[in-house]
Amino acid sequence: MTTRGRVALKVGVWVVALVPLARLLYGFAIDDLTVNPIEYVTRELGETALRLLLATLALTPLRIVSGWSWPITLRRLLGLLAFFYAVLHFAVWIVLDHFFDWHTMGDDIVKRPWITVGLTALVLLVPLAATSTTGMIKRLGGRAWRRLHRLVYVAGVLGCLHYIWLAKKVLIQPWVYAAILVLLLAVRLWDAGRGLARRAEQKKAQKIVIGSRG
Amino acid sequence: MRLRYSDVTPERLYLSRRELMAGAIALAAIGCDAGAEATAAPTPAGAPLKATPNAAYRVQDAPTKFEAASTYNNFYEFGVNKEDPARLGHTLKPRPWHVQVDGLCARPKTFDIEEVLKVAPLEERIYVLRCVEAWSMVIPWIGYPLAALLKQVEPRPGAKYVEFTTLKDPEQFPGQKPGFFGGTLDWPYTEGLRLDEAMHPLTLLTVGMYGQVLPNQNGAPVRVVIPWKYGFKSAKSIVRIRLTDTEPKTAWNKAAPQEYGFYSNVNPTVDHPRWSQGTERRIGEFRRRTTLMFNGYADQVASLYTGMDLKKNY
Repeated sequence: MTTRGRVALKVGVWVVALVPLARLLYGFAIDDLTVNPIEYVTRELGETALRLLLATLALTPLRIVSGWSWPITLRRLLGLLAFFYAVLHFAVWIVLDHFFDWHTMGDDIVKRPWITVGLTALVLLVPLAATSTTGMIKRLGGRAWRRLHRLVYVAGVLGCLHYIWLAKKVLIQPWVYAAILVLLLAVRLWDAGRGLARRAEQKKAQKIVIGSRG
Repeated sequence: MRLRYSDVTPERLYLSRRELMAGAIALAAIGCDAGAEATAAPTPAGAPLKATPNAAYRVQDAPTKFEAASTYNNFYEFGVNKEDPARLGHTLKPRPWHVQVDGLCARPKTFDIEEVLKVAPLEERIYVLRCVEAWSMVIPWIGYPLAALLKQVEPRPGAKYVEFTTLKDPEQFPGQKPGFFGGTLDWPYTEGLRLDEAMHPLTLLTVGMYGQVLPNQNGAPVRVVIPWKYGFKSAKSIVRIRLTDTEPKTAWNKAAPQEYGFYSNVNPTVDHPRWSQGTERRIGEFRRRTTLMFNGYADQVASLYTGMDLKKNY
């Protein structure tokens, strides 16, 4: 893909990802956020965060399946946008929903597993956002950085769990997100398995070569 | 249609309506029947329904705006989203309608809805509705005590419970059609009360709200309202009321027994497994309010549960 193509792609991602926020701000401006606005805003921000997180997690599987390399260039941007929405979601919970009632919020974090896992997912994203710059990749070294950034899988699983646990059991939407995550992880596992098999074959081939020499 | 935040902050309009109603009572007292126009005046479309305000059952908080109470609903028969009932409510046909009242009683009877309306004089009561999801509204309902209807069929001494059944008809309730991944609740929706709860004067057989006939999305043509219990206990669009000697199975209890018990009394000290019931958000307000024991009706209903462990009987 050309540089211009990549820039256009990134601009596209920015625009699409900021639409939910723009809609909420517009809704606020014209006073159109349903009759239970705090609940509505919390839900919209949370769901957008989860969607963006899954979109981030979809890039590598997309590359694996398609062979294209451009999806990888969007990883940092989408990941940071997901983090941005997760932070807004959390901030609304603190400020608008509970209005700094630390006691109640502390209680909720300890007592309600869905809040515990939701907060854990957000906390896990903090070091990933903080080390998302090219400078940090260099400082950490590619290997350590990659290992650290595997936490995004954990955050993805916890994010889905957060939604499943908080929603009524009769609703299917949370399970749709979980199913998408499972599918994305399955593609990676399949690819990892393929890689292992390839390496094993290479080793075997090497042994044969070494054997024939000896 | 989506509602605006300012739409649900009632005050001025509502206060003027109250004055009108007060005037209407005064006029009615001198023999001038202006009640219907007065009660219906500020509310949009919907047939007006005459009712006498009952001052003994009237909370002091400002009522939630009609537009909020009729567009933000949990009524899974229409769909799982809050806006589904208002959007799809037109599919329900509230006439003709019959309510079968039977079971352990001397004179079981199937009432035509027009008969139901005439069992006792209609009164307007302003109750707080507390949803199990931790939000609440203040709603002027129109109806009469369920006890009046139950007395008509003469419950037998063996009757200990009352079971309510909501209409099951996927043609009228699109939410009852099995979805791609299966259904939501086990239809028909059933709810239940102990007989003494059902006979309690607060338990209102409800046919209207805000001075008009019950909108479809609020459970037309007839529902119950049990103000000291979470909203889902108040069965809507009722087709059958059955007296029984065994505790009825209830829809949400079947779907998630550890979350929704048979009693489901509003109780700030007993949390839902997934959230605190200690506070609630009144629709139209910003800060959370403290939830009151039995939703503020403790004086009237606490005695029903003397000696009971309300943590176990949630």
